[in-house]
Amino acid sequence: MALPKYTEPHYRIWHYIYLTICAAVFFFLIAPLFVIFPLSFNAEEFLSFSDGMKRLDPDAFSLRWYKDMIYGTKNPWGLAAKNSFIIAIFATIGSVILGTVAALGLSSRHMPYKGLIMAVLISPMIVPLIISGVAIFFFMAKAGLAATHTGIVLAHIILGTPFVVITVTATLSGFDHSVTRAAASLGSDPVNTFMKITLPLILPGVISGGLFAFVTSFDEVVVVLFLAGLENTTIPIQMWTGLREQLSPTILAVATCLIILSTLILVTAELLRRRSERLRGINR
Amino acid sequence: MSSETKQILTTDGIPLEVSLKKAEKKNKIKAFLLVAPLLFFLIITYVFPIGDMLFRSVDDKMVTQMLPKTFKAMENWDGQELPDEEVFAAFHEDFIKLVEDKREGKLSTQLNYTKNGFKSIIKKLRRASKKFEEGNYKEQIMAVHKRWADVEYWRAIQRRAPEFTGQKYLKGMDMYVNEEGKIVSVEEDRRIHRVLWLRTLEIAFFVTVFCFLMAYPIAHLLATLPMKYSNLLMICVLLPFWTSLLVRTASWMILLQQQGIVNDFFVGIGLVADDNRPEMMYNKTGSYVAMTQILLPFMVLPLYSVMKTISPSLMRAGKSLGGTPFVAFWKVYFPLTIPGIGAGCLLVFILAIGYYITPALVGGASGTLISNQIAFHMKSTLDWSFASAMGLMLLSGVLVIYWLYNKIVGIDNIKLG
Repeated sequence: MALPKYTEPHYRIWHYIYLTICAAVFFFLIAPLFVIFPLSFNAEEFLSFSDGMKRLDPDAFSLRWYKDMIYGTKNPWGLAAKNSFIIAIFATIGSVILGTVAALGLSSRHMPYKGLIMAVLISPMIVPLIISGVAIFFFMAKAGLAATHTGIVLAHIILGTPFVVITVTATLSGFDHSVTRAAASLGSDPVNTFMKITLPLILPGVISGGLFAFVTSFDEVVVVLFLAGLENTTIPIQMWTGLREQLSPTILAVATCLIILSTLILVTAELLRRRSERLRGINR
Repeated sequence: MSSETKQILTTDGIPLEVSLKKAEKKNKIKAFLLVAPLLFFLIITYVFPIGDMLFRSVDDKMVTQMLPKTFKAMENWDGQELPDEEVFAAFHEDFIKLVEDKREGKLSTQLNYTKNGFKSIIKKLRRASKKFEEGNYKEQIMAVHKRWADVEYWRAIQRRAPEFTGQKYLKGMDMYVNEEGKIVSVEEDRRIHRVLWLRTLEIAFFVTVFCFLMAYPIAHLLATLPMKYSNLLMICVLLPFWTSLLVRTASWMILLQQQGIVNDFFVGIGLVADDNRPEMMYNKTGSYVAMTQILLPFMVLPLYSVMKTISPSLMRAGKSLGGTPFVAFWKVYFPLTIPGIGAGCLLVFILAIGYYITPALVGGASGTLISNQIAFHMKSTLDWSFASAMGLMLLSGVLVIYWLYNKIVGIDNIKLG
């Protein structure tokens, strides 16, 4: 972005203003996340930097809230984490299977009413969550699945599939269909072709869709608030309750763990995206 | 040439055209069968329940079922003067049955929605009805309270006869059907829902504008920087995108509280006095700031993907033809980014209009949106039919925007990350 030497002064000034604006926006985007990190090591019970922390006094920092998160009495985080992971994993598996299969059909040239069906499949992503929450609650209550893990998993499959459908159809749009025809002409049956040829090629798209579905489920609170009973509490529900009632530093310890988790997911997603672009680049 | 020779036959002796059509049909069915599991799953668990909401929002069977005989008798009543003995007798019969089932309280709540003043007279009627003698119920009921002799109250009961009603939708817009059957607005100071609708639109609109103003420069920077720098900066956009919504809201709660870091900073630079720290949370400001930061990535990503495709040589060409950099930007670059702007703005607006969690936590009373009202009726007042009606009103607004989005961007062009 270096400016050429002949740039006139007022454009030069404007350019620096532009860079300052950009820096400010990036700061606005990322800084809030980094506030949580140091405060979660606070030795005191307050949610602001103590004088000791400002002086970088080692006594002002402690792992007390992390200990409280793991060993604290009457602490809901253990059960919540277990539930969150179980629900997210099953919801991801369900979303990936249903979504990938549907995406295969949708990207076929022969698919009738493509636009309409796509609109229905994507709708859970577009409809405001509160409405999805109400609708899904009515269904689960009628089906007797409210306050069960099964109900929440099904709800999260509904919310997660659009992401899988979108990422997999995007991957399939660059897919060279002659390879599957080649496989067929060599005597492979469709299932075998899918497992041996198509799936390995679209796998990055499938996994990144799966990551989206996982994060959607892991982070989802609106629908779960309607569905969950005491036994089905999840991390987002506990955070919601905590934030509403009393902001304790233990929440910040949990939040730090969640930021680390999302960093890992981000890195995985980025690597997959690049791999997918490479793979599709070969096909072109 | 005869038509016989024109027709090409396959090896099976079927005309090629027919055979191709058959293959085409087979492929169609194959493709549909792949989509079918998800489609039917969603139709059963999602599309039908939304239809169920529609049904619930207009359903008004409760009173109809509580007073079946009364409404049957009322069919012959013109509503001009007090109904005759037949209606009173039927009402008495229904009422005794309700008292036996201990459901008369529900009836009084329901009738009170239609007209204030039913609660006390139903309580009085329950007590008096124990001593009622057989026959001549009209006089006995009218003797309980003077309102029972008021034709207005009987008209109010009659208005609850239909099994379906649109009154929940009217209530959502702060309107109701008055005694003469006309649709009128409630008094000025009780129009809570209109205020909420307007505030929801206002917050969604301004959040979209703020997001656009902030996202445009950084998307431009990301799209024009060399890959190795832009990848690094992209993390600043993607990390918040992947981070839990509650975590981001929590960080804003820490930042914006009265003893929080932002206020400390303002005091530190002498902008505000220490004893006069402004409230930045639990009001509209909180909703604006937090929602803008949370929705910003949804604006940056579509803008970035459009800007990435604009060749830098276009700007150079604009400048070499004599335009100043500003003219080149305004006449060449900006028009090319309009599809990205459309996509980003619609996406952010759709998401903002249905926001629930963040306004509920940082918005306080003056920063909450229509979603919060829906949740309130689902969880606290248990008026599910009203929650459904409000939900569907919100949904229809969103669907209009969704339709626009589809027209402008195309649903299959949504890109993630």
